[in-house]
Amino acid sequence: MATYYSEEHEWIDVDGNTATLGITKHAADALGEVVFVELKEAGDTFDKDDEIGVVESVKAASELYAPLAGEVLEANATLESDPGSVNEDPEGNAWFYKIKLEDVTDLENLMDETAYKAFIA
Amino acid sequence: MAQTSSDPRKTPLYDLHVEMAGKMVDFAGWLMPVNYAAGVAAEHKQCREKAALFDVSHMGQVELHGENAAAKLETLVPSSLTTLPTGKARYTFFTNPQGGIMDDLIVANGGDYLFVVVNASMRDQDIKHMRSLDLEVIENDDALIAIQGPSAEAIIAAYAPVAATLKFMETTVTYLGGTMCRISRLGYTGEDGYEISIPTSHVEKITRALLEHPDLELAGLGARDSLRLEAGLCLYGNDIDNDTSPVEANLVWAMQKARREAGGFPGAERIQRELAEGPSRRLVGIKPDGRAPARRGVEVADSDGNIIGAITSGGFGPTFGGPISMGYVAAEFSAVGTAVNLLIRGKSMPATIIKLPFIKQNYKR
Repeated sequence: MATYYSEEHEWIDVDGNTATLGITKHAADALGEVVFVELKEAGDTFDKDDEIGVVESVKAASELYAPLAGEVLEANATLESDPGSVNEDPEGNAWFYKIKLEDVTDLENLMDETAYKAFIA
Repeated sequence: MAQTSSDPRKTPLYDLHVEMAGKMVDFAGWLMPVNYAAGVAAEHKQCREKAALFDVSHMGQVELHGENAAAKLETLVPSSLTTLPTGKARYTFFTNPQGGIMDDLIVANGGDYLFVVVNASMRDQDIKHMRSLDLEVIENDDALIAIQGPSAEAIIAAYAPVAATLKFMETTVTYLGGTMCRISRLGYTGEDGYEISIPTSHVEKITRALLEHPDLELAGLGARDSLRLEAGLCLYGNDIDNDTSPVEANLVWAMQKARREAGGFPGAERIQRELAEGPSRRLVGIKPDGRAPARRGVEVADSDGNIIGAITSGGFGPTFGGPISMGYVAAEFSAVGTAVNLLIRGKSMPATIIKLPFIKQNYKR
């Protein structure tokens, strides 16, 4: 399994042609206290840069954009009942989606952990 | 003083904000902290449960000197100022000839002058407006800090004992730790508390000393906004503006009966007509039934999908514990308990008109 990162501060754990997607701790910290998350549903498909969710903090609403094309296999229902988990464990239990990648070569446009760390430094 | 460059201005507490990890943004031409390390929700709760200190030095502080200052200022506002006793402050607003609101402000009777506090974003307009009066208009460059919350009295009275004897909307000039300051018991959070004008040269020292109190923490504009929203207080430019009348905005309480009846203020024709016949729309509290916050600009619809209004302020109320909004709806939908729909990102979400404020105000009457 390999982890990739987007410039929009998403992480993607890839396993074959499926992946788990969430937002990074850096993004969660910048948002502040998350109070509401709106997600797409299993079966929804999306292209790169499509809006695939909304994360609202006390401060503001932020859209989540797809770092690559794919299909939602599962949305994390926990985020709707416990949006605060995004602040507590953004890179673990508070994942957003399990997705099927449309084209694994899209991953080449993303960053690895070293590059992402440099990106947010 | 005119601003000569487009660079945002810094308040005398700028260095303190940066030192305390304040996230600085340009607000109405001033570099102000949105929040500090604790974050908006924690700063909000700090204010409701103990006390929070806000730098509001960006607001305009003005003294009006001259004969019959109260009577002259009354020609610009629909509130009674000639009856305002020395040491008392009153909330009012400049109305335009169409009965809309040019800005809201606090006027205090300082004895031989009036002390006026206006919004940062409207400061230049308001000062020009007051200069139309036959009065001396003196801009005061003091810093202004707000200490708000249930512990505020104990914190301030330790330095200025007279502060404990002030009641809500009372003001005095007194020594605070050896420096002469104006202390007013009012605020913008729904809590008991004070706003204190402090000479620029002393404000950082005094603020640092106050912050040593274990119950007091800094809070930024983010918490100030969520606190005032829960308290049902209007934000100029959002909930009230040049198009909205005081009757529509439920601010009739701020227009004393004698002025309402006599008229003689800008926009009296519309305001008196709306008082007699009822306005066509009203500012109301709106509680989304679900969890999705409805922010400014969200449209309000009736059960048939007809647009009946729009949200003017909205977000999440940390003390309320859920999403809350204020907005204008057509008068026939303004009764508490009316079911409406909010059009959020293309979806229709159920919501209910509820009574303002969203939380109990804790003023020291």
